[in-house]
Amino acid sequence: MTTPHGNEMDSTEPVVRFENVGMRYGAGTEVLSDISFDLEPGAFRFLVGPSGAGKSSLLRLMYLAQRPSRGLITLFGHDTATLPRTEMPLLRRRVGVVFQDFRLLDHLSALDNVALPLRVAGVSESQVRAHASELLEWVGLADHLDARPEVLSGGEQQRVAIARAVINRPNVLLADEPTGNVDDRIAVRLMYLFEELNKLGTTVVIATHNQSLVSRFRHDILMLQDGRLIVPGRTRGTAA
Amino acid sequence: MLSARVDLPFRRDQASRFLPWLIALMVYLAALAVAVSAILGSAAQTWRNDLSGNMTVEIPPALHAPDAAEATEARVARAVEILRAMPDVRSAEAIAAAEGLRLLEPWIGAGDIAFDLPLPRLIDLQIDPRAASDAESVHAALEGEIPDVRVDDHGLWVERLLALIRSIEAVALAVVLLIGAAGILSMVFVTRTGLAVHHDVVEVLHLVGARDRYIAGQFQRHALNQATRGTLAGTLLALATIGGLFLVGAGPDLPLMPTLRLGLGGWAALAAVPATALAIAALTARMTVLRALRRMP
Repeated sequence: MTTPHGNEMDSTEPVVRFENVGMRYGAGTEVLSDISFDLEPGAFRFLVGPSGAGKSSLLRLMYLAQRPSRGLITLFGHDTATLPRTEMPLLRRRVGVVFQDFRLLDHLSALDNVALPLRVAGVSESQVRAHASELLEWVGLADHLDARPEVLSGGEQQRVAIARAVINRPNVLLADEPTGNVDDRIAVRLMYLFEELNKLGTTVVIATHNQSLVSRFRHDILMLQDGRLIVPGRTRGTAA
Repeated sequence: MLSARVDLPFRRDQASRFLPWLIALMVYLAALAVAVSAILGSAAQTWRNDLSGNMTVEIPPALHAPDAAEATEARVARAVEILRAMPDVRSAEAIAAAEGLRLLEPWIGAGDIAFDLPLPRLIDLQIDPRAASDAESVHAALEGEIPDVRVDDHGLWVERLLALIRSIEAVALAVVLLIGAAGILSMVFVTRTGLAVHHDVVEVLHLVGARDRYIAGQFQRHALNQATRGTLAGTLLALATIGGLFLVGAGPDLPLMPTLRLGLGGWAALAAVPATALAIAALTARMTVLRALRRMP
C-alpha cells in the first residue's frame, strides 16, 4: 500500500481508475453514468465530447472536487471513498488542475498565485519564491511576477494557471478547456507545454472542444456523450 | 500552526468590519459587570470583617427613677461592668449621651429638644468573633440587672445586605455569560458570512491541497486580529470607567461605605475578560470553519 503523498506506486499500476462510476448533482439526474477507464502513468488523453456531455464533471471527480454517487474511483492506488479526510489534501497535491475559468485569486500577484500550492504545503518561503519565479519564467511571464491577474491578458492568465497547476510537480495534470480563451498560436504553444510535461512523466488529461488540436496532436481520447464514455480507450494511435 | 500569510482577501469582507466595534462593546460591558461584581464582593468582605463580633447594647433610660439621668448612668456603668467581666469580651465602651445625640442629628436635628427625648444609651461591644458568645448570651448576662435591655448584633442587616450583594453578583455573572454567548453567536455568523463571501478562494485553496486546518488558521488569524483591536478598545474604555468610579467613590466619606477596591481576585477576573474574548473569537472562528469544511468533498 502506498501513502497518498508517496511516489512508491508500481509504475504499471494506473494512476487513475474509474469503475462503474456514476455522478449526480444533488437529487438531479445522473450527469455521468457507468464510467470505467484507467489512466496509466505517463498517459496523455484528450477528453472530448459535446457541451453538456459531462467533461467538466468527470474532471471534477478526478481532482476530488466532487464525490461519485456510485462506483469506485481509485487515485494512485487509493480508494477515494474510504480515504481519511486528512489524507485527501496529499492526493490533491499530486493532481494539478488548470481550470476553464483559470480561477486565479485576483487579490494576489502572479507570483503569489503560482506559489499557492507550495505555500499550503508548507514549503519554505525562499524555495517558494525561487520555484514560482522559475516557473513563471518557463511560461514566458518573467516580467509579470508582481502583476495582478486583472492586468494580464487571457493567454497570460492561462499560463499563470498552468504554472500554478504544475508547480507541485504533480503526477497528473488535468486541464479543462485550456485553449478556450486563447488564439490558435498560443493554443499550440500551450499544447507543446503540456507535451513537454508529459515527456517528463506527468499523466495529462485535457478536456477540449478544439477539434483541430485533437487532430494535430495525436493522442488517445476519452469521448463522452450524454454522460457515458463511448470511447474509453485508444482510437487515434500514438503521438505523431 | 498558524500561517503568517493571509491568502484570503479579508479586507474586502464587509461583514467583519463591524466586528472590532461589536467585540469592544461586549468586552466593555463584560468588564464592567465583572468589576461591579468584584467591587461589591470586596465591600461585602469589608462589611463582614468590620461587623463580625461587633454588637450594640441598648440600655433603656430609667424614666421612673427619682433622678432619671443618674439612674440611667448607673445602669450603663453596671452593664459595662458586667460585660467586661465576660470572658469573650474584648471591649465594652459606653457611648456618651452627647455622642448618641450627635448620631441622631441628621434625623431630629440639633437642639435642646433632643435632651428631652427618652433615648436609650448605647454601649459599643466587641467580642471575639471566634468565641461562643453571641447576642443571646450577652442578653442573658444583662437582663437580670438591666430591665428591657436590647442587644443588636447587626446580623440580620448584614445577612440582608450580603444576600443582596450575592444576587447582584449572580446577575453580573449571568450578564457575562450572556455576553459570551452573544459573542460566540456573532463570531459564528461573521465567520460563516466570510466563508460564503470567500467561497471561491476557499475552494481553490482546498483544490490546490490546503488542509482544513490551514484554511481554518487563516480565518482564525483574521478573527484574532479583529478581536485584538476590539478587545483593546473595550478594555481601555472599561478601565477608564472603573477609574472614574474609584474617583467618585474616593469623595466625601459616607456612613458604612467602604473604600471601593477590586482586590487581587477582581483584577485577575478583569484581566481574564479580554483574554477570554480573544480565545472565544479565535476558537469560534476555527471551529466554525472546520465544521463548514467538513461538508466539502
